[in-house]
Amino acid sequence: MSLDTEVKDGVDQETVDAVREVGGAYKYGWETEIEMDYAPIGVNEDIVRLISEKNKEPQWMTDWRLEAFARWKLMKEPDWAMVDYPQIDFQEIYYYAAPKSMADKPKSLDDVDPKLLETYKKLGIPLKEQMILAGVEGAEDIPAEGRKVAVDAVFDSVSVGTTFQEELKKAGVIFCSISEAIQEHPELVKKYLGSVVPQSDNFYATLNSAVFSDGSFVYIPPNTKCPMELSTYFRINAENTGQFERTLIIADEGSYVSYLEGCTAPMRDTNQLHAAVVELVILDDAEIKYSTVQNWYPGDEDGKGGIYNFVTKRADCRGKRSKVMWTQVETGSAVTWKYPSCILRGDDSQGEFYSIAIANNLQQADTGTKMVHLGKNTKSRIVSKGISAGKAQNTYRGLVSMHPRAKDSRNYTQCDSLLIGDKCGAHTVPYIEVKNNSSRVEHEATTSKVDDDQLFYCRQRGMDEEEAVALVVNGFCKEVLQALPMEFAMEAQALVAISLEGSVG
Amino acid sequence: MSATNAKAAPNPLDALSVDGSGWAGDARSNALTRLRQMGLPTKRDEYWKYTDPTTLTAEDAPKAALFDAGEKQLFDDVERLKVIFVDGVFDAEASDDLSLESVEISRLADTTSADIHWAKPLYGTLETNGQDPVARPLAALNTAMATDGVLLRVTGKVSKPVSLIYRHKSETSDATLHHVIKVEDGGDITLTENGPAAARFNKVMEVDIADGASFHHVRAQGRDHERRAVTHMFARLGAESTFKSFTLTANGVLTRNECVIELTGDDAVATVAGAAVGDGVFHHDDTVFITHDAVNCESRQVFKKVLRNGAVGVFQGKILVKEGAQKTDGYQISQSLLLDDDSQFLAKPELEIYADDVACSHGSTSGAIDEDALFYLQSRGVPLKQAQDLLVLAFLAEALEEIDSEELSDALRQRLEDWLARRSAG
Repeated sequence: MSLDTEVKDGVDQETVDAVREVGGAYKYGWETEIEMDYAPIGVNEDIVRLISEKNKEPQWMTDWRLEAFARWKLMKEPDWAMVDYPQIDFQEIYYYAAPKSMADKPKSLDDVDPKLLETYKKLGIPLKEQMILAGVEGAEDIPAEGRKVAVDAVFDSVSVGTTFQEELKKAGVIFCSISEAIQEHPELVKKYLGSVVPQSDNFYATLNSAVFSDGSFVYIPPNTKCPMELSTYFRINAENTGQFERTLIIADEGSYVSYLEGCTAPMRDTNQLHAAVVELVILDDAEIKYSTVQNWYPGDEDGKGGIYNFVTKRADCRGKRSKVMWTQVETGSAVTWKYPSCILRGDDSQGEFYSIAIANNLQQADTGTKMVHLGKNTKSRIVSKGISAGKAQNTYRGLVSMHPRAKDSRNYTQCDSLLIGDKCGAHTVPYIEVKNNSSRVEHEATTSKVDDDQLFYCRQRGMDEEEAVALVVNGFCKEVLQALPMEFAMEAQALVAISLEGSVG
Repeated sequence: MSATNAKAAPNPLDALSVDGSGWAGDARSNALTRLRQMGLPTKRDEYWKYTDPTTLTAEDAPKAALFDAGEKQLFDDVERLKVIFVDGVFDAEASDDLSLESVEISRLADTTSADIHWAKPLYGTLETNGQDPVARPLAALNTAMATDGVLLRVTGKVSKPVSLIYRHKSETSDATLHHVIKVEDGGDITLTENGPAAARFNKVMEVDIADGASFHHVRAQGRDHERRAVTHMFARLGAESTFKSFTLTANGVLTRNECVIELTGDDAVATVAGAAVGDGVFHHDDTVFITHDAVNCESRQVFKKVLRNGAVGVFQGKILVKEGAQKTDGYQISQSLLLDDDSQFLAKPELEIYADDVACSHGSTSGAIDEDALFYLQSRGVPLKQAQDLLVLAFLAEALEEIDSEELSDALRQRLEDWLARRSAG
């Protein structure tokens, strides 16, 4: 890599990285020292107003937030998930942190803090993306290697730069930060924001509705195939700041978009809270593919530190023959509480959920999906692979609901759990509700350990135990890895191996 | 309610008092204390998500009309020892002589006045163990309030089944029975239960199975359309012991059968199975909780439901494998056949596993009769209704196969065929 020229004592960076990885330290654990612009600690009406003001929002948006905040004050934190963590003091969290250099939005990417760009480099943002983000002259004209990906990078709370705007504009695609969308496209935001995940949907979503600082907005016009894959990188950088992102994607009639969301966070001691909301609206004949690689800091071997990831993601297949596909690789976070769901409202709509959740050391993951069949002839498919190692707890929790009017619908669910070591736990909690007889629902779940014969076979051929386990686990996850877009599949495969380091032997 | 009058509604549990005399006195008082701590279940409780307990916890039992099918009594052809309860009270006259080799049968109501009894350390004990991690308040209520039931001590292989028969004579009866069964080392018994028992029936059975012992249980719940029942089976298994339980349910407004099994000795095997056929106002809930706490144990859960005319079937099954319970083989299947669009199947099949060298699986399916299979049979000249019945019976047969005794399983199969015949006629 030409941009990655850091060399220490004649050792190239690749070796340094490799050594660090083998050492079991968190690969993406560093901190960018940028002056932060904080709001005062804690949350109240004034903070909500301040966030709204910082984003230069119109009055209706401020009112919407305040309404959510009023509701949130009356709500109780949910405790039904199989996760255990110390009580969160919501008044000890910073609800707004923007990199200082962003106080005035840069006129061009040249103004972006070089340290920020360094962060992206470490994140492995493709070369051309970096050049564009760095404002290299003529970068747009340099042919991109491989497929094109547009990045809307979210650094803590403010969206710092959006690339490929020109090309997307030509196609009529709107891809911008949600704060920008609130100002530029209020009619779309008003129409769709909160229409999938209502303001007071659940404790964390309601908090998000009140204090979300930024996020991404995508609108794909009718009969348009988005010319490139869209991507957002989320990073949580400052200590004790909650990351409250809000994503809204609308696929209008007959359109298609593939959206990638990848996350890494630097190493920290105190737990950090992340409560995002993602809303997808899919109209007639449209399709959204939403892929996530979540690799936030999981805490150290003793369970110290790490991210609390309490996320609400939901897709509303509003139109006929609409389609959504969630794919997630969850390897990070100390505590994960996440259930990307599909409301299959339109007749003949389809929802798919592919998931790999890996929990190692003292990580806890409670994740799954909801498939709510409302329309006729709707189809859903769930493939979930949970892997537990160390002293981790991994739970699949899901709902498949066939409503009386959802005639001739179909669901197939497969949840497999793999246990590595005798101190971890793997749990499956599916809910199945069938209210008509022309629909078919099938659910299968298995729990087992890494097969000794397979391990022996690999060892016999000269692999060490860790490599062998990584290979077997990758095989176990194959069906999900195959559902990922190319860019993510490679990274995810490597991540599976990295996440399990130190879990055997 | 005005602010000045803001007083909590009176708690019905405050008014309860238990019979504190005799050897079961302490167990009853403790159960009442437990119950007051837990409170009665409500529809808001996660464990009662799919079944509304309101009529089970109401002060008075809702009326249930008596039902006379005018047919032969179940298991009549089977050589057995009959113990008869009428509306929850033991009927000595109607029952057989209680003496039988290898088993000691006594009545809870008779023996509690005695100073000491073998059942003393067991009464309420397995129920208490079964309250963690999920509260089962109606079982605690039973332990606190039950005054009748049988106490069975099995010391060897019992030559014929012991049959508990529950008759229903009063439209408003509210029966509570608590049975304690201890199967000693080398003991082997088959216990059957049948009949509606009462308008509302709360039954607890505690079964302690020693190392190497066997317990077989076959039950057919009463067909009275309006009856309600909540039953709990608490079983503890020693090493190399066997537990097998099968339940057939047809009719009944509301049935909740909880089965709580603890495998505490190595190499034990537990099977819980059930077939339920529901027509119209029928709500049937099978809730099973199996805990593996020993090495190399096996558990099986096989539940089948056929539902029509708005009947509701519920299955909540859980396999919990504790740390160290290696080589566990856990299997669970819950299936339903919905014969029309008004019926519902609600399931929550759970696995919670803390040991790595295990093979656990669960499957759950729901749907209509397979069109292809129907077509196949029809193309071979089988009339539609007959073809449907055949497929329904084949579907239920998988659960019936879990019964070891052929004559008991044949008797139940006949019941199912009769149910289908009535359906085809109607």
